[in-house]
Amino acid sequence: MQELFRIENLCMAFGEKEVLRNINLTIRRGEIFALIGPSGAGKTTLLRILNLFEKPTRGNLKFNGLANEGEINNIRRRMSLLFQTPAIFKASVFDNVAYGLRVRGIDKMTIENKVKSALNIVGLEGKEAQKARTLSAGEAQRMAFARAIVYDPELLLLDEPTANLDPANVAKIEEVIKRIRSERGTTIVIATHNIPQVRRIADRVGILLNGELIEVNTKEGIFMAPEDARSEAFLKGEMIY
Amino acid sequence: MSSTEFLIQGIIKAFELIINLNPYIFSITGVSIKVSGTATILATLTAIPLAFALAFLDFRGKQALITLVNTGMGLPPVFVGLFIFVMLVPAGPFGLLNMIFTPEAMIIAQYILVTPIITGISLAAIKAVPKPIIETVYTLGGSTKDAVIATLMEARFGIITAILAGLGRALAEVGAILIVGGNIAYTGSVGGIGEGASYTRTLTTAITSETSKGDISTSIALGIILISLNLSVNLLATFFQGRD
Repeated sequence: MQELFRIENLCMAFGEKEVLRNINLTIRRGEIFALIGPSGAGKTTLLRILNLFEKPTRGNLKFNGLANEGEINNIRRRMSLLFQTPAIFKASVFDNVAYGLRVRGIDKMTIENKVKSALNIVGLEGKEAQKARTLSAGEAQRMAFARAIVYDPELLLLDEPTANLDPANVAKIEEVIKRIRSERGTTIVIATHNIPQVRRIADRVGILLNGELIEVNTKEGIFMAPEDARSEAFLKGEMIY
Repeated sequence: MSSTEFLIQGIIKAFELIINLNPYIFSITGVSIKVSGTATILATLTAIPLAFALAFLDFRGKQALITLVNTGMGLPPVFVGLFIFVMLVPAGPFGLLNMIFTPEAMIIAQYILVTPIITGISLAAIKAVPKPIIETVYTLGGSTKDAVIATLMEARFGIITAILAGLGRALAEVGAILIVGGNIAYTGSVGGIGEGASYTRTLTTAITSETSKGDISTSIALGIILISLNLSVNLLATFFQGRD
């Protein structure tokens, strides 16, 4: 598989507190990469750095071979980050989903078609005119998902996208994740501590513990024969934080 | 005549003045709306960009400016009037402009009073926009300009409320405009209703002068218009707060 994102020797500190230590990772084009680890391990910070929201204290990032310096907005436009709790604009479902297309100056007809298609994918067709803030939590997350995929990002970063959802919405989101990867070839990095979910959807897995990426392996490798003893302990739920 | 009869007669006459479109009354109302409206528009043009700058930018002296805005929200109008008076009198630093006792001087005074109010309330509305909303704009490929527009859209009802609060304050203000405007009406207006036209006389300053002259009916008529204007402004503000 071709490389999409390369992270080299990445370190991140907030003041005195070091939250990420010497991260080396390559995200491959078209894969679903699960970043797992307990709460506070640094998963969200790493996703924010990948989305160029945070500047790392040290290290190099290369998206599709491009160094991020001076290219932030251009590179960010090729990806999308979905937060655990979506921020919803005070507007209709249509206007929320259309936002990313409008800032790119896409024409009205294309916007209408793409929004309709994205809403259809997440099962929210017919809700275009509804005020987005009146959606249920599950619907809101699905709408945010539609908003994140409507402009066909090459890389989709998902931060605990199903953490607060009921099983039906979890299943729907997982179905959408697999569908957009297979239909559009979108590369997906998902941060989660939902181990069964990782088993269901991931291709490769990275385990982040205390800011350190202790192991990166295929899903089968991680679950069947983890290389690091701490990985095995974490996956068995033997680690207490 | 009992005090109740006196009051009732005053109110009846006041409505007659309003219904008959008394030129004196409506000239005063016109000056009030013109002065307060212009001051509020100018204050809005300054206050909204200032509120966004304070919310989005980091610069030296930012905290001091916020403190100044907060202090300005409670500025005593008579002090502002005195300050503008001292600046604009012929012997003052801007005396050559010949602006004292003009509507322009009143606009300046109200601008100084209203700008901090609109800035402060707008800043609070802008800061109330959740940070994830702004971050979402960036994650979806938006620029800083898009983030500002999105914030404006999110805070729009709060900002409209801020502008209306400023307009309400300007319409109700009396101390500063009395000092710098001089409460002037053209010849004939002092002697009787309907004979003159206002130059710098507003609803509030006219109420003070008509009451001191004992013309309660005119004062009540002016009061009814003033209250109606302020009520309309507040109803609008309540409407927009409800939309938020």
